[in-house]
Amino acid sequence: MSKVKITINGMPLEVDASMTILEAAESAGIEIPTFCHDPELTRAGACRICVVEVAGARNLPAACTTPVSEGMVIETESERVIKARRVNLQLIWANHPQDCLTCEKTGSCKLQDYSYRYNVTGSPYKGETKVHELDDTNPFFFRDLNKCIYCGKCVRKCYEVNGAGAVEFMYRGFNTKVTTAFDVPLEESSCVMCGMCVDVCPVGALTPKQGLHNNRPWEVKKVLTTCPYCGCGCTYYLHVRNDKIVGITPNFKGPMKGHMCVKGRFGWDFVDSPDRLKTPLIKKNGEFVEATWEEALDLVAAKFKEVRAQYGADAIAGLSSARATNEENYLFQKLLRSLGTNNVDHCARL
Amino acid sequence: MKENLEKNYTEDPFDYGAVEEVLERYQDQKGALIPILQAIQEAYGYLPREALEYTARQLRIPLSKIFGVATFYAQFHLTPRGKNIIRVCQGTACHVRGGAKILQTLKEQLNLEVDGTTEDLKFTLESVACIGACGLAPVIMINDDTFGRLTPDKIAEILEKY
Amino acid sequence: MERRRILLCAGTGCISSGSLGVKEALLKELEKRGIADQYEVVTSGCHGFCEQGPIVIVHPEDIFYCRVQAEDVPELVEEYLLNNRVVERLLYKDPVSGEHIKNHLEIGFYAKQLRRVLRNCGVIDPENINEYLARGGYEGLKNALQLSQLEVIEEVKKSGLRGRGGAGFPTGLKWEFTYKAQGDKKYVVCNADEGDPGAFMDRSVLEGDPHAVIEGMLIAAYAVGADEGYVYVRAEYPLAVKRLRLAIEAANRHGFLGKNILGTDFSFQLKIKEGAGAFVCGEETALLASIEGERGMPRPRPPFPANAGLWGKPTCLNNVETFANIPLIFRLGAEEYAKVGTERSKGTKIFALTGKINNTGLAEVPMGITMREIIFDIGGGIKGGKKFKAVQIGGPSGGCLPEEKLDLPVDYDSLTAAGAMMGSGGLVVMDEETCMVDLARFFLTFTQKESCGKCTPCREGTKRMLEILERITQGNGEDGDLEMLEDLAVTIKDTALCGLGQTAPNPVLSTLRYFRDEYEEHIYEKKCRAGVCTNLVSYYIVPEKCVGCTLCARNCPVNAISGERKSPHEIDPSVCIKCGVCYEKCKFNAIILK
Repeated sequence: MSKVKITINGMPLEVDASMTILEAAESAGIEIPTFCHDPELTRAGACRICVVEVAGARNLPAACTTPVSEGMVIETESERVIKARRVNLQLIWANHPQDCLTCEKTGSCKLQDYSYRYNVTGSPYKGETKVHELDDTNPFFFRDLNKCIYCGKCVRKCYEVNGAGAVEFMYRGFNTKVTTAFDVPLEESSCVMCGMCVDVCPVGALTPKQGLHNNRPWEVKKVLTTCPYCGCGCTYYLHVRNDKIVGITPNFKGPMKGHMCVKGRFGWDFVDSPDRLKTPLIKKNGEFVEATWEEALDLVAAKFKEVRAQYGADAIAGLSSARATNEENYLFQKLLRSLGTNNVDHCARL
Repeated sequence: MKENLEKNYTEDPFDYGAVEEVLERYQDQKGALIPILQAIQEAYGYLPREALEYTARQLRIPLSKIFGVATFYAQFHLTPRGKNIIRVCQGTACHVRGGAKILQTLKEQLNLEVDGTTEDLKFTLESVACIGACGLAPVIMINDDTFGRLTPDKIAEILEKY
Repeated sequence: MERRRILLCAGTGCISSGSLGVKEALLKELEKRGIADQYEVVTSGCHGFCEQGPIVIVHPEDIFYCRVQAEDVPELVEEYLLNNRVVERLLYKDPVSGEHIKNHLEIGFYAKQLRRVLRNCGVIDPENINEYLARGGYEGLKNALQLSQLEVIEEVKKSGLRGRGGAGFPTGLKWEFTYKAQGDKKYVVCNADEGDPGAFMDRSVLEGDPHAVIEGMLIAAYAVGADEGYVYVRAEYPLAVKRLRLAIEAANRHGFLGKNILGTDFSFQLKIKEGAGAFVCGEETALLASIEGERGMPRPRPPFPANAGLWGKPTCLNNVETFANIPLIFRLGAEEYAKVGTERSKGTKIFALTGKINNTGLAEVPMGITMREIIFDIGGGIKGGKKFKAVQIGGPSGGCLPEEKLDLPVDYDSLTAAGAMMGSGGLVVMDEETCMVDLARFFLTFTQKESCGKCTPCREGTKRMLEILERITQGNGEDGDLEMLEDLAVTIKDTALCGLGQTAPNPVLSTLRYFRDEYEEHIYEKKCRAGVCTNLVSYYIVPEKCVGCTLCARNCPVNAISGERKSPHEIDPSVCIKCGVCYEKCKFNAIILK
């Protein structure tokens, strides 16, 4: 890989020639704000918050899309850059509800973070604002387009990663709206509710319904775990507050790069479900009665013996589950074979 | 431009003949979505939802993409339109030569707002940025005919012709 | 006997003024008099003088008749064709001297022009390839095919040709980048999405001389190594599309397009893509997205289309006028071509003159001519003898120049330095009755409506700029508004994603630069000196001029005017709705705007 010499904020650097200014800055620990950038998605260059000053350039190029070149001299926090970022933040605020006190995104909102960083307290621009109805028709997340900043990450995630293509930019100019075909609620669209859009939304336009008013990032403990559903092994962080799960953040650094499906993303509330099975049940006189593990295992062992004696071992079959680990599945087939049968199968093969 | 999308549903059974013919004509052509939508609109007078859904299925592209393209370009319409389309030029030359008054007169005589269609589906009124006939400002176009050097009192006579 | 040739303009302008009816009447009249075999009636492309249409020119003596209607035809045939008496009333009348002028080259509008790109427009039948061939058509291509690809590029570089679409990027350099780009497949694309309000030169070239554009594209394709091309034409130009389609068919038949062109290994196929109504598609990356069937939203550059354009392949993209210059370079030679123009801007440029000017139309002039010559010599000065105030150059991306900049030699760099830009070459002339704040508001309305909505500064910023301008023109401007406008303008210029966003604030910045006092008057004195912003003007009757005819009072829709018959009237400002009817009706110029 060929290298180029550049200077960022007075710091001389030697970086890969294929890097963007943003990547070069990040490699040197310099943080440039971004809304629309996601290393996994195509580069949009839409939000313009990452603009930087490059010596000799007429305007302020976007760090996320501009490649470095030999001898480039870059300032990421010059007066001109800060002024431009402030005006663009003010422009966003001119069309954004100021309800941070109760917004679910508070504490993990990029708009909030950058407004704090550049001391933007609101907007001097008064004029037309767009009013959209809250879409709460699906069971998993709210879609509040009043808070949308048009970064388009949800669109790209939906098209490029999931493939559902449920949402797109519609109309144009000031009337642009990120929505479904014919503007129907998500539930009536081709959305599969994977929730990946929720996880990339930098602001409060897409927020989960679970853990509502109970999920401030500074109040939760994040616990890394592996999804218990299928065999893919996606990892994510559980948000735990007072020993209860209140939410989830995907592990973007894990092998699955933060990709999730509807089950893993939203289907964790069984953990504390009152309907959840916690002890074995044995049917007595037509009704299930709680039992101890001793009783239950004894009963199963007795039934196996009975069947084997009467019909032979081939009458026994075992169906395992993707929700069990490899080790557990290994032991499961071992158990079946020790009973004398090779009839072992797995739900993922069906 | 925000159209009332509810008007996009038809009550009668939908005739897929035209959209089938269009898709056949453009099969194997790369990036043909815009010409396809132009041809569908040519056939139906607008972009009916049924035709767009059918197109999405046949081309194996998300419906949202088609809707995104259809709402981006000013040429496309998702609701039925008048038999005659009046385009009032609001370009620079027309602006400085009284284009706004021409538009106002048309609005009054047709009792329409911009992008509206008369009840009898005879006229649809639109404003356009520039039709490139600036030498004749102010200008309007009705369908493919251009009328130039207009004054408000000429409007009624022109509308008579349609 | 050589037949006399009668040229009838069939550009969009003349057709809408009735030229096709004139043609029909003429053919009928010639038939009726039994002299049809002595005349060749040819429909040509645009003469550029649309305001005077329909235009009829009789060759070989080159008599220029204008505003000819079907009912004038019998007289024209009887008087001129049969009896050789010029029909004076159909000749062009000079707006200054009032003289009738017979030959079109003597008309001020044409005298100072240098029609090189437009040399065939209005002269040949654009639907007949033989007429193009008879005037040296496709000679440039033949010459180019004798050279190597690099020699062709070198020749274009030597000619000094710069892109005529707006930014003025050197064409030869662009071709070189595309030539050098790695790729198994390359494209040539012609940008004919002429969307600037007030510009129509590309339409005229396509309608009047479509083969010149095809020939230019062919030479480009040969040079960069492309075998496929598109012309992206806006859908609002049906006639241009039709003529281009006919021209492509004819070029295919004659072996200029298709496989093994003129017996060489070079092959090229050309297709038309019609736009669907989006100004932003004039921006090159948005245009490519649109050809691909996507929403026409600009993409970040780099990568530039020369490296990754249409479907990710290296693409050479130029506009109509640029391509139309190319055959010329290869017919004349680069050196000869470059004799016209200034140091850094070579050749000619076509301007579209509109607004409050006597001669509206298309004028092709050498680079380096002054704005004064264009407006006063070619344009014939300001309509109605009013005072010149400003000229808007380059459409919504350009800027306004005041009187003191009129002697500037026109080229890419001088215009940019003065705060305007060449743009596509739209020139809108304004007189003292144009309000500069209202004009800025008008352009912002346009750019705001046409913003694609992708990037924050353009989507949100142009909206807020427009709202501030609306406030000012409505009389609600406040202290601090101008500073806010400037902040927004600078940020949009600095940070917008594409060229359209970056230039959108130009009309505001240039009017603020040259006409700041007008803005301040609107805000602090609540006054519009041009009398355009209705909230800021009041109608007033000059007692000395009013004869008391009562016409105004009878026409006032709200009965705001009172007065005795034959004595001066008065307008009650508290009732007046400022509709302007009285102003239009008064025959004595007694009503003024204050």
